Amino acid sequence: MTKEDEDILYLKNVCFTQEKFSLTADFSVSKGGRVAIIGPSGEGKSTLLLGISGFLQPTAGEVLWDGKPMSNHPGQRPLSILFQEHNLFPHLSAADNVALGLNPNMWLSKEQVLLVDKALDQVGLSEKAEAYPRDLSGGQRGRVGLARILLRKRPLILLDEPFSALGPALKDEMLEVLDKILKLTGATALMVTHDTNDAIKFADEAILVADGHAHKPQEIKSLFSNPPLALQKYIGTRR
Amino acid sequence: MADSVIAITLRLILSGAVIFALLIFSFGTAAAVASKGDGFGTLVLADFSAIRFTIWQALVSAILSVCLAIPVSRALWRQSFFGRRALITLLGAPFILPVLVGVLGLLAVFGRSGWISELLLFFGLGRISIYGAFGVILAHVFFNLPLATRLLLQGWSAVPGERFRVADSLGSNSWAKFLLIEWPMLRGAIPGAFVLIFLLCLTSFTVALAVGGGPKGTTIELAIYQAFRFDFDLGKAASLATVQFGICVTVAFLACVVPLPKLGGIGLDRLVLQFDAWKHRKLDLIWISGAAVFLILPLAAILFRGLGNILTLPGQVLTASITSLLIALISTAVCICLALVLSLSLAYSRLNTQKIAEGISILGLSTSPLVVGTGLFLMIFPFVHPASLAIPVTAFVNAMMAMPFVLRVLMPAVREIYNDYLHLRLSLNMGRGVWLMRIVFPRLRRPIGFSVGLVAALSMGDFGVIALFSDPELQTLPLMLYRLMGAYRMDQAAAVAVVLVAQSLFLFWIFDQGGRRHSIS
Repeated sequence: MTKEDEDILYLKNVCFTQEKFSLTADFSVSKGGRVAIIGPSGEGKSTLLLGISGFLQPTAGEVLWDGKPMSNHPGQRPLSILFQEHNLFPHLSAADNVALGLNPNMWLSKEQVLLVDKALDQVGLSEKAEAYPRDLSGGQRGRVGLARILLRKRPLILLDEPFSALGPALKDEMLEVLDKILKLTGATALMVTHDTNDAIKFADEAILVADGHAHKPQEIKSLFSNPPLALQKYIGTRR
Repeated sequence: MADSVIAITLRLILSGAVIFALLIFSFGTAAAVASKGDGFGTLVLADFSAIRFTIWQALVSAILSVCLAIPVSRALWRQSFFGRRALITLLGAPFILPVLVGVLGLLAVFGRSGWISELLLFFGLGRISIYGAFGVILAHVFFNLPLATRLLLQGWSAVPGERFRVADSLGSNSWAKFLLIEWPMLRGAIPGAFVLIFLLCLTSFTVALAVGGGPKGTTIELAIYQAFRFDFDLGKAASLATVQFGICVTVAFLACVVPLPKLGGIGLDRLVLQFDAWKHRKLDLIWISGAAVFLILPLAAILFRGLGNILTLPGQVLTASITSLLIALISTAVCICLALVLSLSLAYSRLNTQKIAEGISILGLSTSPLVVGTGLFLMIFPFVHPASLAIPVTAFVNAMMAMPFVLRVLMPAVREIYNDYLHLRLSLNMGRGVWLMRIVFPRLRRPIGFSVGLVAALSMGDFGVIALFSDPELQTLPLMLYRLMGAYRMDQAAAVAVVLVAQSLFLFWIFDQGGRRHSIS
């Protein structure tokens, strides 16, 4: 098998435009791949995720999944997305927030209720099922979001700096939960992060987004050991 | 704090004095009124129907304003179109628009010889009449729909964009999205907006005076005025004023339970990226244009009619304009000085200044200008002829009535400066004079400019207490407008309205701009 055969997500000469800012990309991601998206603030990392998830339509080129263009409706794309904040609805309990992953219109069968319990158990939150987001810690809220992703079983997972507000120990814990979920579902994952350590822990490859362009994924260790100029500027040369 | 005992005492005395003045202003005048009342036994059937009408019209006006504001605010928030920003700014205008001017505009559109009546006649149908309950409610919706829309727009804008993206990426349908996002927001925002508008309509006097009246359109405020002006029955006026005060205090207690919305205006024109906004575009644009036409048409009618007639106005308009300016400037100076003294002297205290500002707001909103006017009249009547004090009394009452709005702007601004920079001041050992002149006042420039403009415009257009105190000799722009309307000289009335609006807007603009210039934030 050649590498081309394994690839599942394609961005073909894509251009995303948000107000005056535009981002170009031309790359593909392999099936089951774990890719970190790194680069300076305001250079388009989040724009890239919005484009892949369908909130932003490309002004040029196309985004393909498994050789086919994806639906225009973000909810019908084969993906789940986790933002930095506001992933949970504050007036719904943890269990109800997770349940949205099974039925976004909030009616569950008895079997589905059991699935929700199981998902909460898998992220270690079975005791907090009835708690509301305001009573959960940042780490626990992150777990609720991950439990929902686990239930949705979509083959692509997008993460927009979901753990950046957490302390180092909690962050590692969340990365472990994420790792477990990815192993369970075999999903492909793209994660925006500011933390080079997180990137190395989580990903095999990295996409550098700088100067309005998303570069092709590169093997992450070789990228950091021999950084191109744009990356040098971002991480600093004294490391 | 490194401050001397003298400074602390001084601050206590100053803030206490201002709060005391505010309490005397609302409760003191009410007490003066109550002591002169003839008791509720003198109230006749007509008075009870006035009480019923007052509550009913306020309820209907508030329900209509809020219900209409829901689709309008949602449309404004999710659609982008040419003139969106201008329209959102325009929504703030009715707040400083003199009530009589708004009513005159509504008469030109909805009145017996207004545009709609002419149109109906053209199709062989009858004229519509604006006088009575319909007119009172129409005018209240005209003034409060924009306010409600702004308040709900604040609510929509405060919903994080991620929340919509989460719902969309999960594939929620419209009903689920309503339950997940829109309903929780509305449930939080509607009660406050409703109570605020209900209070404003309960104490509204000018609208009832201009288009109300008769057995089915008299509010308590209007009944007080009539008992006072036409019958000079002070006892009855006092009894009615006591009832009005009682109702307002009851609603004010309600307002304590329901948090009143903030009257800020930040971030209102932020547009959230919503991928499916186009689906609702047609219906949304209908709501937006409907609201815009309802708002703009009456104003355009006045401008259209008034501009051509300005030169026909008698020379009195100059005197009236100067008197109005004088009243506006005096009340602005009084209001801002008191508000600054209160905000600055409370800045160090550990008291919850937000609670104090809210308490004063509720007090001010539930204070009826007619009750206050009656009270002041009764207080000074034994000593001097009240008409000779019409100008200072009006200026003072206007200052006090505008105080809640000003405190809501100034108190948080002052608090923020003290929170951010007080430690820096102490560590630099900066003296009080330098601190106030070089740090506090320059940083307050913008909120002060905005507040001064607001009070000046509100006071310029106010027509409440002055109606009670004035004699035929006295000329102000709102009085002149009212007299011309009463004489059905609508062309000249429209011309005076144009002068009044121009003068109010100019005052607001000049002070607001003055605050913006050289301000570095």
